[in-house]
Amino acid sequence: MLNGISINYYILLSAVLFIIGAVGVMARRNSIIIFMCIELMLNAVNLLLVAFSTLHNDPSGQVFVFFIMAVAAAEVAVGLAILSMIYRNIKNIDTDLLSNLKN
Amino acid sequence: MIKLIGLVPLFPLIGFLINGFFGKKMSKSLSGGIACVSILASLIVSVLAFIELEHSANKSHVVTLFSWISADTLNIPFDFLYDPLSALFLLIITGIGFLIHVYSVGYMHDDAGFSRFFTYLNLFVFFMLLLVMGNNYLIMFVGWEGVGLCSYLLIGFWFKNTAYNDAARKAFIMNRIGDLGFLLGIILIFVTYGSISYGDVFAKAGVSSNAIVTSIALLLFIGAMGKSAQIPLYTWLPDAMAGPTPVSALIHAATMVTAGIYMIVRSNVFYSISEVASETVAIVGVATALFAATIGLLQNDIKKILAYSTVSQLGLMFLGLGVGAYSSSVFHVTTHAFFKALLFLGAGSVIHAMGGEQDVRKMGGLKGKIKITYITMLLGTIAISGLPPFSGFFSKDEILAHVYEHSKILWFLGMVTSMLTAFYMFRMLFLTFFGTFRGTHEQEHHLHESPKSMTIPLMVLATLSVVGGVLGLPEFWGQTNWIGEHLSPIILHKDPSTLSHETEWTLMGLAVASAAAVIYFAHSMFITNGVLPVAGEDKMKPWQKLVYNKYYVDELYDTVIRKPLDAVSKAFYKFFDLQIIDGIVNGVGAAVKGTGSVVRLLQTGNIGFYVVSMVVGVVLILLFKFIL
Repeated sequence: MLNGISINYYILLSAVLFIIGAVGVMARRNSIIIFMCIELMLNAVNLLLVAFSTLHNDPSGQVFVFFIMAVAAAEVAVGLAILSMIYRNIKNIDTDLLSNLKN
Repeated sequence: MIKLIGLVPLFPLIGFLINGFFGKKMSKSLSGGIACVSILASLIVSVLAFIELEHSANKSHVVTLFSWISADTLNIPFDFLYDPLSALFLLIITGIGFLIHVYSVGYMHDDAGFSRFFTYLNLFVFFMLLLVMGNNYLIMFVGWEGVGLCSYLLIGFWFKNTAYNDAARKAFIMNRIGDLGFLLGIILIFVTYGSISYGDVFAKAGVSSNAIVTSIALLLFIGAMGKSAQIPLYTWLPDAMAGPTPVSALIHAATMVTAGIYMIVRSNVFYSISEVASETVAIVGVATALFAATIGLLQNDIKKILAYSTVSQLGLMFLGLGVGAYSSSVFHVTTHAFFKALLFLGAGSVIHAMGGEQDVRKMGGLKGKIKITYITMLLGTIAISGLPPFSGFFSKDEILAHVYEHSKILWFLGMVTSMLTAFYMFRMLFLTFFGTFRGTHEQEHHLHESPKSMTIPLMVLATLSVVGGVLGLPEFWGQTNWIGEHLSPIILHKDPSTLSHETEWTLMGLAVASAAAVIYFAHSMFITNGVLPVAGEDKMKPWQKLVYNKYYVDELYDTVIRKPLDAVSKAFYKFFDLQIIDGIVNGVGAAVKGTGSVVRLLQTGNIGFYVVSMVVGVVLILLFKFIL
């Protein structure tokens, strides 16, 4: 048992966090908000992995979380670099303006 | 040397390749020299092989080059058969081919397409050699088609003239019609006997039913009708005179048109078994002979006279084949090659002297101006008219004697043809060389004898036309008929002659007397009375007009065959081609365009839209994976 809290609540929390992140990525125009929502999704998955790893007493879940965190950090670095380049080009971070590939 | 018989077609092939690739860069003498030397080399090999064959007891040598087609039950090796028949034809082709090559060096000297001419000529000799040397019907067919192609290329040699191109196309298409029959015959042979090599097929020929053998023989004969210009596929030959005169001499007199006769002699097994086929061959032959001879009576173009004469003589040869006189027909092929090539080359010399004029109405009195040409053409004309002791007499008489044994009516028609032949040939001779010159003043000044490269082949051929009769002296003179004995190994069965010696002497006498009478009549008509051909068509009597216009056969073919085909072709074009085919092709294009315009709407360029579609896609995949 995970300190008396049943696994269902962990699953529910993780799902809610993931959905908030997903909807945020789909519906927001501000690039920085989109990055934050991506991080939110990643962390939701981390939470789920840790919960199940404790449930089954299997450390591989937590090891996987370490990997995910490393990757998330790298991805944030690259993403913010791209964001800076976009800002330098169009002085704006509204994703609606990035439509040069239209048609 | 027989083992190296593959060299014989190889030399002209090499000549073709060298002249084809480098001809333009070489000087004319080098280009012509290479072509002539290649044929000379083939001639030398042929002669050596022939001598070896004469001394050898085995008269049938098969030389295999390589395994050609090998698929399950179908096994066709590429091999050559060297036996008396192919040996004789090799000598004719390379010998006369060489003389004509030498002649062409002089005749085509001023032509811009000099090396192209020799390229085509060498290629032609290569294919013709392949035709007579193959050991199976497929190699013969390859050679058959190849000579048809070269005939097309050479007839339309001066390709800037549309009429010549039309003549070339006509020759090729008519040949192809015959080739359809030929190909069906080969397929029937394969289906019946399981093989198309001569040895296999001829050994088993007696086993199958008479109906099948007749069908094979008739189908093969359709091929011969096209290639050797018999009724109804003969109209291409007079039109083929559009080509340069050496082409007319080589292809349309001495070699290609004899391919049909070679094929029938090679396949004599079938024709000996099937009487229906033999009768057909004889009747078509004599009909063609007579028909063409009548047309030749009124022609005014010197080459057309010779062309109709060729068709007529070929008809005589087929008549001989039809009554089973195979060696006589081959004898006539040989002598005809001599004097017809001579006559064509001589005509070329006359045309050369007249600066390109071919109408006999504009010639006359040339015998003083171009002596060598005159003498050689005189000898050739006497040979073709069948006066002894020239070669034409012996060969024609042998055929007619065999025909007489078979049917008196056919013999009579053959005699009439011979008389007509003598008449129109001497008409040509008298109108060209005797009397007063009827051409223009500049033509008269231009008259000159041809160069040695042209006159020496004429002299050689004239000698052969005169003495060539020794090849087949009649047996009842107490001589050995060399050609008959030479060819006997390949002829299935020969009925010994049942004619008595008196009959043979009578027939001979009749032939000579009738020829002499006709020549006397022609002499009195054209020389003593100075009759000239009418100047224009409007002055002719109705029957003259009919004959002069070749009995309107070309117009008949035009109305009955070409116009309906044209109409069908147009209908197909309007309906099938324009509406259906174009509809499908354009439809595909329109469909792609339509689909594209719909799918294009997905490319919004809006990042949010792309993200949403990604999520939707993943959800759908998961749905499909876990639910279905």
